[in-house]
Amino acid sequence: MAANTAYDKVLAARSNERPTARKYIEGIFDWFMEFHGDRRYGDDKAVIGGLASLYGFPVTVIGLERGTNIKDRVERNFGCAHPEGYRKALRLMKQAEKFHRPVITFIDTAGAYRGIDAEERGQGQAIAENLYEMATLKTPIIAVLIGEGGSGGALALAVADEIWMLENSVFSVISPEGCASILWKDPKYAREAASCLRLTASDLFSLGVIDRVIKENPDMSSTIRMLKKRLRVATERKLQMPINDLIEQRYRKFRRQGL
Amino acid sequence: MLSRNLFKKPNNVLENVGKTSKYVKPQVPEDLWISCANCKTLILKEELFENNKICPNCSFYYRLAPRERLAMIVDEDSFVEHDKNLVSKNILKFPDYDSKLKKAKDTSNEKEAVVCGVAKIKGMECALFVMNSEFMMGSMGVVVGEKVTRLFEYATQNRLSVVGFTVSGGARMQEGVLSLMQMAKTSCAVKRHNDTGLLYITVLTDPTTGGVTASFAMEGDIILAEPGALIAFAGPRVIEQTIKQKLPEGFQRSEFLLEKGFIDAIVERKALRDTLANILKLH
Repeated sequence: MAANTAYDKVLAARSNERPTARKYIEGIFDWFMEFHGDRRYGDDKAVIGGLASLYGFPVTVIGLERGTNIKDRVERNFGCAHPEGYRKALRLMKQAEKFHRPVITFIDTAGAYRGIDAEERGQGQAIAENLYEMATLKTPIIAVLIGEGGSGGALALAVADEIWMLENSVFSVISPEGCASILWKDPKYAREAASCLRLTASDLFSLGVIDRVIKENPDMSSTIRMLKKRLRVATERKLQMPINDLIEQRYRKFRRQGL
Repeated sequence: MLSRNLFKKPNNVLENVGKTSKYVKPQVPEDLWISCANCKTLILKEELFENNKICPNCSFYYRLAPRERLAMIVDEDSFVEHDKNLVSKNILKFPDYDSKLKKAKDTSNEKEAVVCGVAKIKGMECALFVMNSEFMMGSMGVVVGEKVTRLFEYATQNRLSVVGFTVSGGARMQEGVLSLMQMAKTSCAVKRHNDTGLLYITVLTDPTTGGVTASFAMEGDIILAEPGALIAFAGPRVIEQTIKQKLPEGFQRSEFLLEKGFIDAIVERKALRDTLANILKLH
């Protein structure tokens, strides 16, 4: 757990030992039922989502799931979603909007899948549509980065009223290896790249990109207890806000990024 | 046809040997003639410019700088530029970013990778943004995101349609997650513009990739593209690395996206001005 440099955090965030979205969902919610499919093409197992109960209150939960053993990871494409995964997520968010229940997303992905089939089915369009629709989704959205937050594929579930990061999660525009290959023509400089990219939770909190860093305890159940309480408080508070104020606040949150 | 190796850089000097040894540079005055980047035919520069920077021999589309694009699309002297003095800062103190910015400014003669403003197209007033491949490959950092966002906000307030020409390698990694957040920021502004019933037309030009494809490029009410343009989320080189095989001919070109249902129409460069004007007139 003692991750010192930025790159150590990246490696820790990717570690197979690290709990995946399903673990958090099972731990936090009293009840969860998974709903499948995007109603257009298929069911992407890299994205899990459905209806859940948080202290008896309904919420829609969506997670990017890397899988827990080799077979599971292969089936879930290691958490790299195809367009149908993002479209399933959007379908569930629209459902949440209809019933005015909060959306909680758990983000853990190396990035949106980069392959022939993903491109053919419009990976860019699918992500763009999520950003666009989430901008004015008429229900509260909380995004929690629990592991690796890889670029557009992570952002597609993070246009939220609040973005939280677990202390040892990372969020980056490009993988440190990719960045090093472009900058220094060699992925072995990933360590240097990672520190330049400012991708740790504390970096991003000080840059004003995220709203909260969640302290991690070596004992996962206490991290889960903390998350559960905070999610309850946050969703309750957001639900009490007039919807136009909520959307205005969300707009302003993203509007000031980088300035 | 565009070169399939558009994004491929030679790994070492030897890789280029075959190509260069076959082609002997002709002895001609360079300021008058150029050899087409695609078919290698010698073409008179003047002829190329008269043909909207399309090779008269092979119809290869040269990329246009924003001022060239504006000259081709908008009514003479109608363009009023917005935010032309916004310049990027090296917020993260990223190595070599300052020198890259300086180089980009020098080579492109622009201050950032997008030019924004208002103009008339055949008398129809609209807000426009034109991205610039010569400025760090049209990558989107904070300033590009800010300029596009301000343009949409201006258009929303002043009830104007937006016409946007995209060309981009994606998010600008030298600005870290802040560049990624511009995808969200611009999308929020596009959505607001949309929700007041206003029109947004995007024209995708070669190449439009990464974070720009995955945000405002694909959010138009009407999405047009120039022929043969590379339009992708992950570029061909990245995909070839992932799947370890060659991509089929024409993959991720405008014609491919049209077939797959992701763009409305492919419009030739010489027809663009009229097409845009006709669409604007009907809104």
